[in-house]
Amino acid sequence: MTDAVLEQTVFHDLHVELGAKMVPFAGYAMPVQYPLGVMKEHLHTRTKAGLFDVSHMGQVLLRGDNPAESLESLVPVSLIPLAEGRQRYAMFTNEDGGILDDLMVANRGDHLFLVVNAACKEADIAHMKAGLPDCEIEVIKDRALLALQGPAAEAALSALVPSAAEMVFMDVSVVASDFGELWISRSGYTGEDGYEISVSNDNAVAFAQALLVQDDVEPIGLGARDSLRLEAGLCLYGDDIDTTTTPVEAALEWAVQKARRNGGAREGGFPGAQVILAQFETGASRRRVGILPEGRAPMRAHTLLFADETATESMGEVTSGAFGPSIEGPMSMGYVATEFAQTGTKIFAELRGKRVPATVADMPFRPSTYKR
Amino acid sequence: MKYTEEHEWLRIEDDLVVVGITAHAAEQLGDVVFVELPEVGTMVVKDDEIVVIESVKAASDILAPIDGEIMEVNDSIVNEPGKVNDDPENDAWFVKLKVDDLGPMDDMMDEAAYKAFIG
Repeated sequence: MTDAVLEQTVFHDLHVELGAKMVPFAGYAMPVQYPLGVMKEHLHTRTKAGLFDVSHMGQVLLRGDNPAESLESLVPVSLIPLAEGRQRYAMFTNEDGGILDDLMVANRGDHLFLVVNAACKEADIAHMKAGLPDCEIEVIKDRALLALQGPAAEAALSALVPSAAEMVFMDVSVVASDFGELWISRSGYTGEDGYEISVSNDNAVAFAQALLVQDDVEPIGLGARDSLRLEAGLCLYGDDIDTTTTPVEAALEWAVQKARRNGGAREGGFPGAQVILAQFETGASRRRVGILPEGRAPMRAHTLLFADETATESMGEVTSGAFGPSIEGPMSMGYVATEFAQTGTKIFAELRGKRVPATVADMPFRPSTYKR
Repeated sequence: MKYTEEHEWLRIEDDLVVVGITAHAAEQLGDVVFVELPEVGTMVVKDDEIVVIESVKAASDILAPIDGEIMEVNDSIVNEPGKVNDDPENDAWFVKLKVDDLGPMDDMMDEAAYKAFIG
């Protein structure tokens, strides 16, 4: 992979100018941190506002006679009742009930706006083209995507776009501005109040600079994005969820509305429905949980989990782990056999040949601050 | 002060060899959040893993730069790992070694050579 040519977002030169350390991520050269450093970037986002380049993610418009109804055939999520100007979390599933990707779906009147993960976008588009022959799928190539997150995000964005202050969590709107048409959603992936803003490539850098020039706004890299989303208990696709995990195993039942479950108005009708709906009835054999290690040692991805200090067979595995700057301690997310999934259960992780105690914990590790 | 290619520094103090990591290494690691130190009394051979250090990004090992016996460890950095970023070349030393043969230190880099090494 070292010879692979990395794609660049429209912000590449700005990142370099701001002193970012660039790393390969999902085929793109992306900023992992700026001179502030991961810890301070994380804390700045929690106390003020952080600006993230998330332009590597895929932006897709889905048009058709009833795109929400069509898309329901690929996701276990209720989309038909989703009101215009509202957004919802969804996931593509496969025939085994595994998760192909997770995504955001917004109702923009006569069409849907989807944001999908960078590493999955090509596959997602092929999947939609194959599964939604009646829909027109437009992949947006000429727009960048920024996330502005944190308690000062509202003030910072409304200084440029006053109507942003009127939005609540998961609202979406298309707004004319000095930076052209902005597609704004009040959402993000940090557990903070904030926005994701799609802006044309032509206006993107000027728009980012108009945010960054404000005292409360700092550029934040992928390093802090990862610790922020983990503190918020949010899954990273490819680490915490993938084609081998189902929505029930992943504790994402909340994203499968009653209408799509057994006995619901539009029960099933999505790939893997048989597997997933059976798990709603009987449970799954393993479950995604939060894990708080005792002591300070972080338990990172692929750390094996055990029922006790002497068990020879592991009963689970950490899928992401890091130090949480806001909770001031290590935190992990992972899968355990369901009998160990209850909050408060003592488990052990094998770290460098030693069994280190940990406790199954509720997520988020830090309460989210969405404006509902 | 002497320096290794593994970005450790060594300093002789009261007949013991004090070992830490360089400011350059601390900066490369990013914010240090966890340090695990060896037991006092452990005999170590050059390149033994003696310290585990974790930053927000990843875990790294620190290898013994020279043969010796661990005489003291800096417990204060276990409680406050951030000191490794704040003052890596003074307060945030890792271990003090009793070393019988100081000869290998003669072959290590001095400050000017280390500066050239890290460019």
